[in-house]
Amino acid sequence: MHDAPKNGFSADDLAACLSAVAASQDRKAFRVLFEHFAPRVKAYGARLGCTPQQAEELVQETMVKVWRKAGLFDPAKAAPSTWIFRIARNQRIDAFRRESHPEFDPDDPCLVPEEETPADTMIERSQSAALLRASLETLPEEQKLLLHMSFFQDMSHGVIAEKLNLPLGTVKSRLRLAMGKLRARLDENKISLDEEPNK
Amino acid sequence: MKISHHLPEETLVAYSAGTLSEAWSLLVATHLALCPSCRTEAERIESVGGALLEELEPVDVADDAFAHLMQTIDDMSAEPVPARKSRPVPSLLPEPLKSYLGGDLHALKWRRLGKGAFHIPIKTRDGVAKARLLKVPAGQPVPMHGHNGQELTLVLVGAFQTYQGTFARGDIEGADPSVEHMPIAAPGEDCICLAVTDAPLRFKSLAARLVQPFIGI
Repeated sequence: MHDAPKNGFSADDLAACLSAVAASQDRKAFRVLFEHFAPRVKAYGARLGCTPQQAEELVQETMVKVWRKAGLFDPAKAAPSTWIFRIARNQRIDAFRRESHPEFDPDDPCLVPEEETPADTMIERSQSAALLRASLETLPEEQKLLLHMSFFQDMSHGVIAEKLNLPLGTVKSRLRLAMGKLRARLDENKISLDEEPNK
Repeated sequence: MKISHHLPEETLVAYSAGTLSEAWSLLVATHLALCPSCRTEAERIESVGGALLEELEPVDVADDAFAHLMQTIDDMSAEPVPARKSRPVPSLLPEPLKSYLGGDLHALKWRRLGKGAFHIPIKTRDGVAKARLLKVPAGQPVPMHGHNGQELTLVLVGAFQTYQGTFARGDIEGADPSVEHMPIAAPGEDCICLAVTDAPLRFKSLAARLVQPFIGI
C-alpha cells in the first residue's frame, strides 16, 4: 500500500529527511520537514486554542527540537508524523498548560522489554502509517469525532461527554471500540504480511 | 513478571493525546515502563495522533518563520545532538517516577501515616490531582475507606489484595466513589505503591478521619 499525501512527501521521504538532518545537519532536508510540518503544527496549536502568535511560537519551539533531536528519531519505532506529534504535544503542555508530560525512559534498566521479536515489529511499523490513515477513514463518524476531540480539544473525557450530551460511559466505550477496530485492522495486515514469504 | 491489571484504554488515549493532567500522567508513564502491552497500545494511539496531525488542514505560517527558525538555530551554542544517555544503575523504581522522587528507594524520606504505614507526597505541577508514594507493612490492612473521586494505584514493590483480587508489581487498581474497600498488603514484604487521587479519601474510622487533615490524604 502506497499513499500519496497531498503535497507529495511520503512517510519514507520525511524519514529520510530526518536522517539527513541527524547525519549532516542538512538544511535542505530540514526545509522540506519545515514546509511539510510547520503548517500542520500551527493548525494543531490553533485547534487547541492557541492564539495565532502562540501557534507560531509552538511551530518555532517544535521545529528547534526537531533539529536538535533528529538523532533520536528511529524509523523502525515510529512514523515521522508520530514523532513530531509527540514533540509538538509535549511542547504545548509545557508552554501553555505549564505542566510536564511525564514519559518512561527507553534506556531505563527497569523497563520491562517487549516479548515480540524486533523483526515482526519492524514490518508492522513500516506499513502502519499509511494503513492507519486508511483505517481511520473506515471508522464510524461518532468514533472518529471522539478521537478528534480527544486529540484536538484540551478537554477531559468527562467534559467531552458533557459537550456532546452523552453519558461518560458511552464516550469511554466508543473510544475503546475505535481503538479496537484500528488494532484489528493493523493486526490483519500483519498476518497477511507474514503469509507472504518474500515480503 | 506478568501484569494482570492494566490501564483502561480511554486513560491511555487521554495520556497519549496529552489531555491527562500531570499527576495521572506520572502514574501512566510509570506503568508503561513495567507493561509492554500497554506501551505498545500507547504507541499505537500516538500514531493515531501522528495520522490526525498529518490530515489537519495546514495553516500558513508567517513568511519569515523559516528564516527566524534558522536564526535561532544558528544562535544556539553548537550543542551536539543529544546522544542516548548512559545506562543508569538498576533500581526498583522505574522512570519517570524515580526522577520525580529525586532518588532511589533506599534514599527516600518517608513520613508516618499511622498504623505503621508511611507516605511521600510527590511534587508535580498538577493543580488538581495529587500523587503520593505509599508504604503499607507486610500483612497489614489500609483502614477501610471510600472515595470522593477517582483513584488509581500502581504497585511497585510487594503486593496487596482487595475483594477484586491480588495486585502485584506493575498492576493498576482503579477506584471511584462507588468503591469502598480495605486493601491488605500481602505477607512477606512491605507493599509500596504509587497512588493518585483527585479528591480526599473517606475513612470509616473516626481516628483515621481525625488525622486526615494533618497528613493531607
